[in-house]
Amino acid sequence: MKILKLPKQQLDLFASVLQQFGEVHAPVERKGKYVFEHLERWSDAALDYDRTVLPPKKYVLPPRETLLEYRRDTGYVPATEDLNKKIVLFGVHPCDIYGLNILDEVFAGKYPDPYYQTRRQNVAIIGIDCVPDEHCFCRSMRADFVEHGFDLFLCDIGEYYLTFVGTARGDDMVLSAGALFEDVTREDIDAYKRHSEAKREAFKLDVEIRDLPEIFEMEYRAEIWEELGQRCLSCGSCSMVCPTCYCYDVVDEVELGSTEGRRVRQWDSCLFSTHALVAGGDNFRESRASRIKFRFYHKQRGFVAEFGRPSCIGCGRCIVTCPVKIDIIEVINQLRGAEHVANA
Amino acid sequence: MLQMRDEIAYEPALTENPYLPKMARLVNIYKMVADNHLFTFRFLDDAQAAAFQHRPGQFVMLSVPGCGEAPISISSSPSRPGVLELCVRRVGRLTSALYRLNTGDVVGVRGPYGNGFPVERIEGKDLLLVAGGLGMAPLRSLLWYALDNRARFVRITLMYGAKTPRDMLFREEFESLVDRADVTCLLTVDRDPSGTWRNHVGLLPTMFDMTTVDPATTYAAVCGPPIVYRFVLERLLALGFAKDRILMSLERRMKCGVGKCGHCSVGYKYTCIHGPIFTYWDAMNLPEMI
Repeated sequence: MKILKLPKQQLDLFASVLQQFGEVHAPVERKGKYVFEHLERWSDAALDYDRTVLPPKKYVLPPRETLLEYRRDTGYVPATEDLNKKIVLFGVHPCDIYGLNILDEVFAGKYPDPYYQTRRQNVAIIGIDCVPDEHCFCRSMRADFVEHGFDLFLCDIGEYYLTFVGTARGDDMVLSAGALFEDVTREDIDAYKRHSEAKREAFKLDVEIRDLPEIFEMEYRAEIWEELGQRCLSCGSCSMVCPTCYCYDVVDEVELGSTEGRRVRQWDSCLFSTHALVAGGDNFRESRASRIKFRFYHKQRGFVAEFGRPSCIGCGRCIVTCPVKIDIIEVINQLRGAEHVANA
Repeated sequence: MLQMRDEIAYEPALTENPYLPKMARLVNIYKMVADNHLFTFRFLDDAQAAAFQHRPGQFVMLSVPGCGEAPISISSSPSRPGVLELCVRRVGRLTSALYRLNTGDVVGVRGPYGNGFPVERIEGKDLLLVAGGLGMAPLRSLLWYALDNRARFVRITLMYGAKTPRDMLFREEFESLVDRADVTCLLTVDRDPSGTWRNHVGLLPTMFDMTTVDPATTYAAVCGPPIVYRFVLERLLALGFAKDRILMSLERRMKCGVGKCGHCSVGYKYTCIHGPIFTYWDAMNLPEMI
């Protein structure tokens, strides 16, 4: 991989170069929290943010998206709305890039999703390394370091950002910046290793995930699920903020008195009571306990069976967002360690 | 572990949009049973009609313009191409809209989706079909596929149960099979209020007393409401059927049909791409299956 370095004081200059690759978006502070949004000024970018409220998922799988238009004369026609808008998303943490890589798997496969794929190609990703806070467990989920899924990846090594060039587009960005980038020296490599070591030592949370699928299998009837069902409000916030939750609902919207309309998909959550409803009114997950259990199972057990890893990247968003403080780390630790909650 | 994205292998193309329905005309409505009609469709485009090749047990996503989309299993056999037959019960919003359509109206169809029955594995063996009520809809495709390719299968047995003769789907069609020598067709009703029924009266599992099946040489395909599964599975297991030789067709509320939207998940499988046909062994090992 091509690796260069960018002097920190040149970052704003580089950001202006990036505008030719698309509308530049970055984390911005809003009422003490952070959101990814279009930058009016480079100085608005908050690159030392902890985590954004919504993950970059919103750029590749928008909360609401028109798939098709229907007209009587033309039938169904694909909607292309803002599909081809070019965006440069600056300042994405490794875990969130990993989240996108997981979504890539889901939206590929036998039936690639052209909406997702088109957006993914049109959103350039410039990653930035970070220091974990008390809710981060990306290291446990093996998402603290990312090798692909970005165009450029920046790592703060003091006076410079070490810059990993991940794609041809990333290389074009670097080349467009003229002489801003410099070659990497032995000292820079050593500084990177020290940074990496410091990051590792900064983690406060650690869970073992290797045998989680088996533990989940064995604890399917554990009492903890009923307890969680009592607490969970089925609000779906954890799904909305999750970088890898991709469930969606599809609805047809029709103009009154007409058969012309559109087919829209919108974020959904397996915690909503309608998620497993079938025609005729049967519901395969009627209780809240069954739904929250399903969410954990799908992420930590089912996804592993299908894709070889859990669909959790340890970003901590569900922990900080849950209104009743359901904490995935506590759940896993309880399942793992406490016999008294098991098979009661 | 996650694979590296291959930028060359995938170039997004909205022309290969899996969400885009192909238009088909409603050419016939057969009012088989009250609230359970058989709808026949033909694709408007001949090339699309020719390209539509399905396996027994697969389903389509049916769009009724202005209403929405729902998964419907295919009742016609691939051995009788050209039209698509969907047996639909009027049960919800979309199916009610379908019942308001007239012949000549146009709908959208995507698919076929799902794994379908493993017909190649069943070839050279006996085939036992056991259906209760609307469970006949996906099994009819397999039945006619087997009858139209009769030489590829050894014994073919159909056990089909409905509440009353008026509730029996494809009644005339199956009654005409009763006298055929190359298929054992056991039709039964729970009760016969009209007194005109000439076949069996009794619960579906009692049909096992009317014939013999050899579990060593037979694949069983079962579909019906939960109570049918419970009692039929009991009989099959008692006979000594291997759990992976019992095939079941499941239904869920699919929104995409292509393994993305998450709605049809059972345990950790998606009914739309891992199913809708599962072996009993799969079913046993997946929570919330039936």
